[in-house]
Amino acid sequence: MHARKQTKDDNGTAVSASSPEAPEGTRAVLDGNEINRALTRIAHEVLERTKGGQDVTLLGIPSRGAPLARRLARRIERVEELDVPTGSLDITMYRDDLRMAPARALGRTEIPAGGLDDRVVVLVDDVLFSGRTVRAALDALGDLGRPRAVQLAVLVDRGHRELPIRADYVGKNLPTSLRESVTVQLEETDGHDAVLLGPARASSTGTLRAGSRSLPETTEGDA
Amino acid sequence: MRHLLSAGDLDRDEATLILDTAAELAQVGDRAVKKLPTLRGRTVVNLFYEDSTRTRTSFELAAKRLSADVINFSAKGSSVSKGESLKDTALTLQAMGADGVVIRHSASGAAHRLAGWVDGSVLNAGDGTHEHPTQALLDAFTMRSRLGRLEGLRVAVVGDILHSRVARSNVLLLTTLGAHVTLVAPPTLLPVSVGTWPCEVSYDLDEVLPKTDVVMMLRVQAERMRDSFFPSVREYSRNYGLDGERLERMPSDAIVMHPGPMVRGMEISAEVADSPRCTVTEQVANGVSLRMAVLYLLLGGS
Repeated sequence: MHARKQTKDDNGTAVSASSPEAPEGTRAVLDGNEINRALTRIAHEVLERTKGGQDVTLLGIPSRGAPLARRLARRIERVEELDVPTGSLDITMYRDDLRMAPARALGRTEIPAGGLDDRVVVLVDDVLFSGRTVRAALDALGDLGRPRAVQLAVLVDRGHRELPIRADYVGKNLPTSLRESVTVQLEETDGHDAVLLGPARASSTGTLRAGSRSLPETTEGDA
Repeated sequence: MRHLLSAGDLDRDEATLILDTAAELAQVGDRAVKKLPTLRGRTVVNLFYEDSTRTRTSFELAAKRLSADVINFSAKGSSVSKGESLKDTALTLQAMGADGVVIRHSASGAAHRLAGWVDGSVLNAGDGTHEHPTQALLDAFTMRSRLGRLEGLRVAVVGDILHSRVARSNVLLLTTLGAHVTLVAPPTLLPVSVGTWPCEVSYDLDEVLPKTDVVMMLRVQAERMRDSFFPSVREYSRNYGLDGERLERMPSDAIVMHPGPMVRGMEISAEVADSPRCTVTEQVANGVSLRMAVLYLLLGGS
């Protein structure tokens, strides 16, 4: 794992494949190459499940779902020469834990020009945990249009669901304890690709339960 | 941030956060369902002691788009006309469980007093001749979306500065955000303390216009005037009104703003008011998004 191999990222620029040293106490569970492979597989699975992907619209959930959605779109384009409408969907205003923390800054919502009516919307996020972010995203979608179907793609499924929600496409199933944290780092937002597993970060408010998505265990809420 | 009482209370980061949030919330107006569930179960009281259509409806629409319950409370037709004091009205609202109170009052400092009496957030929607922070914020938002920046922008505020809470809030906010403000008015319509404001002052509109990116025309507030401040409307209009000829002398991408209501033929000619460079209706549309942003940031969190 320590050998640094040069590879090409989606933009064709050479990047270092292995992540820099994982911070103290954390362990890299996916490196850049493994993330790329997982995304390539998900791209093929999306095309297979949607029978060619003609009606697919990809919506990434900020902050890290949005770049993941764009990467997925580029991969689908490479495989099928298909231009997939891609956007982002901020769910902050639909969260169920807004009252448990000070008001948060909003992420970007960009709905592709064609709208969402009768599309197969694939939601893209980095980590699937309690399922509350996805619940919020489903509520937001309902106010934006009426997709024919909604599917979910995640890079990491770490378990501990609190709602009846499952992912259709999973990069890696990662069994975790509630005392652990999963951090996804991406070239676009953090300078390099890695999925890190570490101890829970100290929570500033002791009242946060495992249920709320503002939990420090996920990468959400960092932005 | 718990209350919004003065534009001067906002630092640069807070003001930028409000403008960025408003930019995101502007999209809600174009959606199939023009509503967000964010303030469900929260109550916003519009407490208006002065007449207002624009600001009150703007706040009402903003709160409703965030799913808050809205109670409109105007001085006419309420217990206020029977002699109830502001404090007793505030305590009544408090007992009813208002999470946010939007107040407009003819006395400067009313919003500040109210903030000491109620537990909820207080939003100043204009207090006397003191401040009108959401107007300044929506003006800054409009400038930023039209011209792409605020840093280094040259803004002229022209007209009845003395009675204008819009002018004071704009000077404070725009200075915080890096713009340069010049106040233009006859000496009689400038407050005594204007020398202490962080802006420049000029009596000559024609000299200021060629080096101005944004000109903000203010209405002469005759209802607040107990003395004679200028010889005649015609003379005022000739010296401080914006007509097509004066607009020509401004940079070609300069914009004309007005907080409304406009008096055509007085501070602004019909030709200028109807020109595409005049942002009056845009300001009204932006006002809803901006007030949504403020309500969200004040009431949305814990």
